[in-house]
Amino acid sequence: MSATDIHDPNRRDFLYIATGMAGVVGAGAVAWPFIDQMQPDASTLALASVEVDVSSLQPGSSLVVKWRGKPVVVRNRTDKEMKDGAAVSLNDLKDPIARNANLPADAPATDANRTTPGKEAWMVMVQVCTHLGCIPLGQEGDFGGWFCPCHGSVYDTAGRIRKGPAPENMAIPVFKFISDTKILIG
Amino acid sequence: MSEGHSTYTPKTGLGRWFDARMPLPRLVYDSFIAYPVPRNLNYMWTFGGILSIMLVSQILTGIVLAMHYTSDTALAFDSVEKIMRDVNSGWLLRYLHSNGASFFFVAVYIHIFRGLFYGSYKAPRELLWILGCIIYLLMMATGFMGYVLPWGQMSFWGATVITGFFSAIPLVGNWIQELLLGGFAVDNPTLNRFFALHYLLPFMIAGVVVLHVWALHVVGQSNPTGIEVKSKTDTVAFTPYATIKDAFGMIVFLFFFAYFVFYLPNYLGHPDNYTVANPLKTPAHIVPEWYFLPFYAILRAITFNIGPINSKLGGVLCMFGAIAMLFLVPWLDTSKVRSAVYRPWYKLFFWLFVADAILLGWLGSQPAEGSYVFMAQMATLFYFAFFLVVMPVLGLIETPRRLPNSITEAVLEKKNKGAGGHPAGAVSAPETKG
Amino acid sequence: MKKILTALALLGLVVAGTAAIAAEEEHNAAAPTHFPINEPKEMSWSFAGPFGTYDKAQLQRGLKVYKEVCSACHSMNLVAFRTLEGLGYSEAQIKTLAAEYTIHDGPNDAGDMFDRPGKPSDHFPSPFPNEQAAASANGGAAPPDMSLLAKARGVERGFPRFIFDIFTQYAQGGPDYIHSLLTGYDQTPPAGMVIPEGTHYNPYFLSGVSLKMPKPLSDGQVTYDDGSPQTVDQYSRDVSAFLMWAAEPHLEERKKTGFRVLVFLLLFGALVYLTKRKVWAEVAH
Repeated sequence: MSATDIHDPNRRDFLYIATGMAGVVGAGAVAWPFIDQMQPDASTLALASVEVDVSSLQPGSSLVVKWRGKPVVVRNRTDKEMKDGAAVSLNDLKDPIARNANLPADAPATDANRTTPGKEAWMVMVQVCTHLGCIPLGQEGDFGGWFCPCHGSVYDTAGRIRKGPAPENMAIPVFKFISDTKILIG
Repeated sequence: MSEGHSTYTPKTGLGRWFDARMPLPRLVYDSFIAYPVPRNLNYMWTFGGILSIMLVSQILTGIVLAMHYTSDTALAFDSVEKIMRDVNSGWLLRYLHSNGASFFFVAVYIHIFRGLFYGSYKAPRELLWILGCIIYLLMMATGFMGYVLPWGQMSFWGATVITGFFSAIPLVGNWIQELLLGGFAVDNPTLNRFFALHYLLPFMIAGVVVLHVWALHVVGQSNPTGIEVKSKTDTVAFTPYATIKDAFGMIVFLFFFAYFVFYLPNYLGHPDNYTVANPLKTPAHIVPEWYFLPFYAILRAITFNIGPINSKLGGVLCMFGAIAMLFLVPWLDTSKVRSAVYRPWYKLFFWLFVADAILLGWLGSQPAEGSYVFMAQMATLFYFAFFLVVMPVLGLIETPRRLPNSITEAVLEKKNKGAGGHPAGAVSAPETKG
Repeated sequence: MKKILTALALLGLVVAGTAAIAAEEEHNAAAPTHFPINEPKEMSWSFAGPFGTYDKAQLQRGLKVYKEVCSACHSMNLVAFRTLEGLGYSEAQIKTLAAEYTIHDGPNDAGDMFDRPGKPSDHFPSPFPNEQAAASANGGAAPPDMSLLAKARGVERGFPRFIFDIFTQYAQGGPDYIHSLLTGYDQTPPAGMVIPEGTHYNPYFLSGVSLKMPKPLSDGQVTYDDGSPQTVDQYSRDVSAFLMWAAEPHLEERKKTGFRVLVFLLLFGALVYLTKRKVWAEVAH
């Protein structure tokens, strides 16, 4: 049986195009739930805050808590570390942006902008190398800050990238001091 | 019918290059575009296509559900509830999957009954039919194991009862049951292996589907008249004719499917499966999923010993025998005529068989007590009589109606009859009946 | 086609006949064999039907009933405070509400378990530390968790109602049952009926003549601040609606999406049908 002659090509074409378009729209709508389900679910998004008691942290010591599945380091810096951090000129930084979720996205990466006002001794930082996600070791490397053993990225005492393949300063999460000894992260 | 040679001619250089190395486009062209199908197929023939989209839908929703599901007795129930509550679009995917299983069976039952009505199992399509029966068996295994995964009360007790079938086997029964369970009762090892197998079996189904379609393309489709294709005028090209008809059938089917998914998502399930499995407490009234109910009724109908076979083994044998009947159908039917359209008596018995199957299904959902047991026994008797008595005997004694000489003749006869009913003058108008 | 219809009619007769035979079974009021003795009353629910939505004020009242009455014995493990947004509460209100609860957490750095106020990400805490404690405090059987109760309870509808239910979209068996059960106390059992000691007669109970749970609600027990009647009937409706929400929090989204999907399939189906007619226009089949 050969294809049949249709007398009204315009109407036929319109019908075929409309049907085809509807099919494409339907297929797209069906695809969405399959992609949507991969996004973090409601319970994952809800577990987004953790309270840390830092009363026992003397200058020069740190502790690590897990937040959103990642280690967050809380470090009570020594005077020397603070001085070293503040002495760095912005021009020497590989990444001049503060990467501090508590500040505007374009804030410069000064030592003060890496901490919170009045609590400049305290570094609260996601301790994950911005290169490929390893955990850098604390108080190591050329700048006395952090050193990532995976690919040799070196961070200073304010967690700013100074040498190596990592592109950005380590991220500062949303946090605040809810009292002198308690920090709420997230 | 397959024409034995390909009419595919690549139009572009790239097409020729590809065709010379791996003729996949040729295979697709020959199988889904140029493939000739009888021109008189009705909507019952769209269920093959509907089943393939249901299989794809079940595999896709199943894979994404497996990304969130945990097959551990302590966590399984809660992980399903997490899908229902927290996972983005999780409720939709889970309802699509659970109702999809039901609608997969709706489609497969229509497909099987269509085959029984039109004699699609008769030579040369015996192997095609048996491959279909194998797919049906695999579907039942997959459906059963899938129902265990949410780890609700019905999951647990359904698994206990169904694996209990095997304990009826003399001598090795208990060993087989423990082998299936990985323990003395349904527990964590059972759940884990059922999950692994539930993930595997659909891909085996897909493999047998490929064989089923291959066998189909060798012998060609049967059709409502049951007369083989004789000339080119008996067929039309698969695309666009069958494709567009299948597409319409699929959309109508999806409409009913969506109605249940969105408005009655728990209608086909059992409330008890929203209670977490408790190995120490059996629900008042265990029922399997609706698509197993006829077989469940047959299982329970055998309340008496048959000679040396006790009632438990007898019930299990009858239940498996009921499925085994399907495999034997090509050889049980002795009729020379394929289609029930030309077999008035077979047609009557066919519809009685449909009624009997539905009655068995309803009895399977009722408690096995009082008059229900007797009714189930009668219905079981008719079930087996249909295959073992009606099919062989009717083929020998029935006088079929006159058969048309060809598909084309049948189609034109119908058309003229349809036009004859119209007032004079309408006869010459083109027939555009959908 | 006519033949198919005839066959279906025949089938209907067969099934109806069987049902009639089944219904003939004897009834003895003092020793019933089928439960529940009375079928649940069908109520009118705001979430029924294709366009059903939850009545947020009702859900809030239902939550109050749950908090002040049911939660003394029944857990609701699967429901997180954060999801109470579905009842129309703001984030701040949810924080306050969650903080009213004490959550057993730990271990802390010293290895000790400790109590802390609830957070929105927490789930409703159980009234008992574990299932064994719940069972032993309640005469041997733990009160069921309420998270899914509205979907886990339902009285069989029977033929032919289960067919009509497809067209009426009846999916409220759970809330109907819970409401009937809660309002079904205080009735006198038929003469001669044996009520086991420590149980309470309720003709709506799904699996027997009586249940262990005593009548949980009485008029005026929970104070409503929106002027709704403070009656057992109203409490029962509200808590049943709330439990339906707890069991199926995405119901509104589901029905809304469903409507769009069906409209799309209708339009797409019409287009494909027209295309199909065009394609087959000149082929007799």
